[in-house]
Amino acid sequence: MKNAQLFATLCCLLIPALAPAQVPYRRIVAAGSEPGTWLTYSGNYQAHRFSPLKEITPQNVSRLKPAWVYQIEARSRFETSPIVVDGTMYVTEPPTKVTALDLRTGRQVWSWQRRMPLVIKTIGFGPTNRGVAILDNTLYVGTLDCYLIALDARSGAVRWETKVADNNTGHSITAAPLAIDGKIIVGISGGEAGIRGFLDAYDAKTGQLAWRLWTIPAPGEPGHDTWKSDSWKTGGAPTWVTGSYDPELNLIYWGTGNPGPDWNGDVRPGDNLYSCSLLAVNATTGKLKWHFQFTPHDVHDWDATEIPVLIDADIGGRPRKLVVMANRNAFYYLLDRATGEFILGTPYAKQTWAKGLDARGRPIVLPDTEPTIEGNLVWPSLQGATNWFSPSYNPASRLFYVAVREMGAYYYKGEAEYKPGTFFAGGGERALSGDKASGAIRALEVETGKLKWEFTLKSPPWAGVLSTAGGVVFGGSDEGNFYALDALSGKALWDFQTGAQIAANPISFLIDGKQHVAIAAGHALFVFGLQ
Amino acid sequence: MTSIYQVLVLLLASILIGALVNQDAAAIASVQEAQRGEKLFVAHCALCHGIGGSGGRGPSLNHPQLRRAADNRALFQIIQNGIQATEMPGAWQLTDREILQLVDYVKSLGRTEVAKVPGDPAKGKEYYETTGGCAACHILGGRGAATGPDLTDIGARRSAAYLRESLIDPGAAVPEGFLVVSVVKRDGQTVRGIRANEDSFTIQLRDASNVLHSFRKIDLAQLKKEPGVSVMPGYRDLLAASQIDDLVAYLAGLRGEK
Repeated sequence: MKNAQLFATLCCLLIPALAPAQVPYRRIVAAGSEPGTWLTYSGNYQAHRFSPLKEITPQNVSRLKPAWVYQIEARSRFETSPIVVDGTMYVTEPPTKVTALDLRTGRQVWSWQRRMPLVIKTIGFGPTNRGVAILDNTLYVGTLDCYLIALDARSGAVRWETKVADNNTGHSITAAPLAIDGKIIVGISGGEAGIRGFLDAYDAKTGQLAWRLWTIPAPGEPGHDTWKSDSWKTGGAPTWVTGSYDPELNLIYWGTGNPGPDWNGDVRPGDNLYSCSLLAVNATTGKLKWHFQFTPHDVHDWDATEIPVLIDADIGGRPRKLVVMANRNAFYYLLDRATGEFILGTPYAKQTWAKGLDARGRPIVLPDTEPTIEGNLVWPSLQGATNWFSPSYNPASRLFYVAVREMGAYYYKGEAEYKPGTFFAGGGERALSGDKASGAIRALEVETGKLKWEFTLKSPPWAGVLSTAGGVVFGGSDEGNFYALDALSGKALWDFQTGAQIAANPISFLIDGKQHVAIAAGHALFVFGLQ
Repeated sequence: MTSIYQVLVLLLASILIGALVNQDAAAIASVQEAQRGEKLFVAHCALCHGIGGSGGRGPSLNHPQLRRAADNRALFQIIQNGIQATEMPGAWQLTDREILQLVDYVKSLGRTEVAKVPGDPAKGKEYYETTGGCAACHILGGRGAATGPDLTDIGARRSAAYLRESLIDPGAAVPEGFLVVSVVKRDGQTVRGIRANEDSFTIQLRDASNVLHSFRKIDLAQLKKEPGVSVMPGYRDLLAASQIDDLVAYLAGLRGEK
């Protein structure tokens, strides 16, 4: 008995040392029970980007100081959202590099870089990567040349690689994969290259394709009649931002991007399903359970690839399982996540393209809001009222925090001729800039979308937000400010000038039992703690 | 019965008519291409380069030889990719054909008659250095103060019409980076100056003496931006019309050459 106890004790001591990244699926499901870690892109499967940590508060946040800084070599935008587990932080660096850092010091433990062809097609976006997924002892990363790579989490050694699609046709991967039970979910970029979008699931052990859901229905499938002639083959609807997951319903929620060509819809009359939509997908089979299209026949590039946030709330006196999205088209939506039923939609930013939404959530589009050859001024700009950067949901205050871009743009319609692997957009925009545009962090009541408070930013941001149980909201600005706001009032509490644009999402975790926050800014990753 | 002769006449006539129709179609297509190029220019380029390429925030384009584009290929690449370390962006949204239409239109601007700038540049230079007092705020060829924009190559970047307007009514087109801001601190102290930089939490101003002031916004009782206001005096009442002509002629000739 004594020996057995000794054996058990030794196991407890040695196993973490031998297996520092044991992240079984069940551990990610219960991510909220170990707030010292950050186990998946948005912090939990519900995509709350919320930390249950309480050490940093409005009262002491002014004592935040840099604990360490990690600098990268690449000059492209550093948009990583790190994973933190068992004393290690995993970051992705542009163009496609994964680095493991000692959480205590920021010193590199290992680094892996993808050897890629000299010419990589990133059509309509920069050469960036937003993060890894972890499952068991393996990290998963998508590459710009459109492969999914599995890396040994302890060493960075490649376990397997799988070609997802051909980069020569403009397919690429920038999103962090989503690891669920035995599968790795991968979204695709290429909405400005005339790809036909899809969402893939791969076997986590072998890299074999488990299922593929095309986001544009083939002939004979429901929704195909929303495309004319062959336009569906080049219709876009990519899946370039990480979605969320409900383990109980076994449904993946994933947004789709614009139809192609972006700004010239003449060649694709119809609603163009399932572009600019939220898809609820059976995680086992890859079958579509339901869809909701936010912007039918989009001609402004308003991808619905914002983060779908899963919440539970009483609506009309009864408990509902909901999914919330602050959409690029400037409307905030509340849907039933079991059925896709539209419950509520309301603007959360300036928009001049829709009179409102009808009873089923379909926009009532105003006349003369389409792109023209001369340019047509419409709000929001093609970057949208928000974009890929994450919102945050605080379950205690029931507030939904979103980084908002208040910016209009002149939309132009141009020619659209599909040539594989080239820009297929049919126009463009000239956004209002300088003091004609601004930004904000807005706190919305999650059940109603009503504005609770806002904090004005000088420029439209490219950084997401993090809220914490300590009552603080963290965000970043285009001018390099990393800052903390009071979660209940929006009052500015603290800010730090990082020296360059912030285009990333903050996270929070523990180092030696102390709460820290991290953000990528410019070409460095900053970690802050109380001093 | 139709004779061989009649058939040949009909055939010849149809060929001639076809050729004429084709010629017309080509001419119409050419006109349409040119019009399309002009429309694209108005939509995408005129904001900086002015209607008809007369210049503005960007250089005027009414020159047979463009400084950075020796030939059509170079012009195509500039339009497509922009110019690094300048405000000229690449036209990522345009197809190759649209860029070619733009190239044709921009080249046509160099063939248009450019109105001669009236005035005597030599006299204008004298006014610049004496009566005008311009060097008190502007650098030219490395000399002068740096409150206002550097004028060393202003003639290559701005049209004569723009320069005239700037002299008569400086607030009409304040260059980017010269926004006037006035602030009141919580202790009542007022500072007015040109914004050097700003973020969501701080602002930096250069006052009339070119002294830098740095503020945290939380410490300010008031922050007022004054778009359409310039710290430069209007010269309508300071110089005679002919003197303004001379000054414009001088400035329009400044191309950065040593």
